[in-house]
Amino acid sequence: MSSALRSQQVSMENKLVVSPSPHVHSGDSISKNMYGVLIALLPAFLVALYVFRLDALIITFASVVFCVIFEYVIAKFIMKKQPTVFDGSAILTGVLLAFNVPSNLPIWILAIGALAAIGIGKMSFGGLGNNIFNPALVGRVFLLISFPAQMTTWPTPDVGATTDAVTSATVLSHLKFNTPGLPSLTNILMGTEGGSLGEMSAVALLLGLIYMLWKKIITWHIPISIMATVVIFTGIFYLFTPIPQYNPLIHLASGGLMLGAVFMATDYVTSPLTKKGMLIYGFFIGVVTVAIRLWGAYPEGVSFAILLMNGFTPLINYYTTPKRFGEVKKNG
Amino acid sequence: MLKTFRIGGIHPKENKFSAGKTIQPIALPKQVMIPLSQHIGAPCQPIVKKGDKVKVGTRLGKSVGFVSANIHSSVSGTVNKIDKVLDASGYKRDAVIIDVEGDEWENAIDRSETVKKEFNFSSREIIEKIAEAGIVGMGGATFPTHVKLTPPPGTKAEVLIINAVECEPYLTSDHELMMEKTEEIFVGVQLLMKAINVPRAVIGIENNKKDAISKFTNVATSYANITIQPLKVQYPQGGEKQLIDAVIRRQVPSGALPISVGAVVQNVGTAFAVYEAVQKNKPLVQRVVTVTGKDVKNPCNILARVGTPLSQLIEFAGGLPETTGKIVSGGPMMGKAIAGIEVPVTKGTSGILIIPTLEAKRKAMKDCIRCGKCVNVCPMGLNPTLLMNLTEYEVWDRAEKNAITDCIECGSCSYTCPADRPLLDYIRLGKGKVMAIVRARKN
Repeated sequence: MSSALRSQQVSMENKLVVSPSPHVHSGDSISKNMYGVLIALLPAFLVALYVFRLDALIITFASVVFCVIFEYVIAKFIMKKQPTVFDGSAILTGVLLAFNVPSNLPIWILAIGALAAIGIGKMSFGGLGNNIFNPALVGRVFLLISFPAQMTTWPTPDVGATTDAVTSATVLSHLKFNTPGLPSLTNILMGTEGGSLGEMSAVALLLGLIYMLWKKIITWHIPISIMATVVIFTGIFYLFTPIPQYNPLIHLASGGLMLGAVFMATDYVTSPLTKKGMLIYGFFIGVVTVAIRLWGAYPEGVSFAILLMNGFTPLINYYTTPKRFGEVKKNG
Repeated sequence: MLKTFRIGGIHPKENKFSAGKTIQPIALPKQVMIPLSQHIGAPCQPIVKKGDKVKVGTRLGKSVGFVSANIHSSVSGTVNKIDKVLDASGYKRDAVIIDVEGDEWENAIDRSETVKKEFNFSSREIIEKIAEAGIVGMGGATFPTHVKLTPPPGTKAEVLIINAVECEPYLTSDHELMMEKTEEIFVGVQLLMKAINVPRAVIGIENNKKDAISKFTNVATSYANITIQPLKVQYPQGGEKQLIDAVIRRQVPSGALPISVGAVVQNVGTAFAVYEAVQKNKPLVQRVVTVTGKDVKNPCNILARVGTPLSQLIEFAGGLPETTGKIVSGGPMMGKAIAGIEVPVTKGTSGILIIPTLEAKRKAMKDCIRCGKCVNVCPMGLNPTLLMNLTEYEVWDRAEKNAITDCIECGSCSYTCPADRPLLDYIRLGKGKVMAIVRARKN
């Protein structure tokens, strides 16, 4: 129907809109969800600010700016479509990328990471909703492989110290390479041990999880299945050989596990749709993470595990169906 | 913990502005348009012609075929013509147009207000009276009631479930009827129980109608075989399968009827209509209609004669607001948007909802972000985003395998989608296609 004809009909009928039901909407939107996740990241960001001071602010801010600019430019000039940078997803990718790098990473390396995240990870697939892999993790792994030295040198998070020149090992590299000086579990939980910007405090990340569950942004299935798998898997080893390398609580609280389980693996676009699928996905992320940590060349494997399972998500979606009405026992 | 159904569901804002507003009759219209098809099934055969004099309750149309329902005059006067008129579904249908003169009722109809509790009818007599009175499901589906009360051979009803949920936001017609006609409804329930020969009935009421729950619970103390089941507020609890699951914890299998789990469901408004038909010989010629909306001056519950133009009901509620952007016949979740207000009230008109311009238009659709929220809310346990894609790309075999025909069109998926995707529009289309394919295969 030509638009002229349509507008004529509309005005004839006193401009009544006629469309199929439903006639109301929840008011939920993509941006509400994205900004909701950003709010959930606040506690971890505050811990990062406290531990790394200005560096945390600079890295996070720069990462967000890079991601937003790259998305805008690619959408407008290469894909020639209306940029949707204010839906919050580019900002979120920026924050998550920043949270996955050391706080003293040179800015130009960060820019390359942002370009990889947005350009390769997101826009090359067609933008938000169409990407297969988590963009922030694409950026992080791209940097980890390209700049292994810079990406694995963390400043000592000595709170209040005036210098950040000293570098320190992470908990996981202590475990991996059996170096002395493994910190206490409390320190690991509170975030005063070495690591990437956003993965410092397991407690802060858990607060974010609680917020997202409360606001119904995500369901428990992915984070809890990852954590449970890691605890059970390492716990079995710990029962037979009670050494720190196998301590399930250290594994749970250290490295990128919390950040990955709560914020990276739960990315809507790249994770399964059904609850059953989410549990399968979470289980395998847990298994692959522990396998890399215990037997792989890298001390940390969460990023790889999530990216690997991102690739399996379409397959999981194909084979898992939701529990249909009428499938339960008739007289249950 | 209050009971509710076990899969999916949403809780839209209730906005029951007309709650507690007494049911009011409105002035008789000058002319009524009574469609010969106000139910699911075959339209009626007209049995009056131009110039015939009719009274309230005179039969105008005779049901043809098994699934059909009689149509009676809601006014007294002269038949002006039988012609096609636009109804709320947007189709032109045959209707009897009557010029109203006075208000004379058929003699057999008992118009007194006294509650007549005693009855001595057999199951068959009750069903015959219901069929004669042209009663259909008053919840909106308008399935002929006598057909539903005649279960297929080999099945046995165990329990009657009364749908007093009114899960659609805004609507209050059932709620108000329950408050004002409590005793009558209980008699109607007893009649329905007798009709299908079941030992017990459960009335499911959502917890946002606390006054109705307490009133019904009080009255139920004198009926040993009727129990009241308060339910957690959750949409679409008024869906037949969802209500059965909520009340008796049984799930009707895909493609099967409620009777397969021993249940028969009737709407509370239907129970009242059954009371009037059987005890008072009154055919279904009027019903309670909620007229409401955010900018409506006087949201109210109106007792309207079938065939009255909606414009007259809207006038009674304070007229069309300046902001009107969309008018819906029914509730906001499953009602139908109408193109004009000169369409008649029918047996299934539960409400008229006037939506302001700002909320009338849908937002532009974005790409699916695969959040899975539609999957979580689907009360049938389907995967709406998958079904939409399969419809878009016309992959009918997979759509069928993923149970697209199970969809009850409740709209929870579209309501929830953060990317404003018209999930139900597509699924409705795909469902129709798949059903046609299945039918063709059977033949």
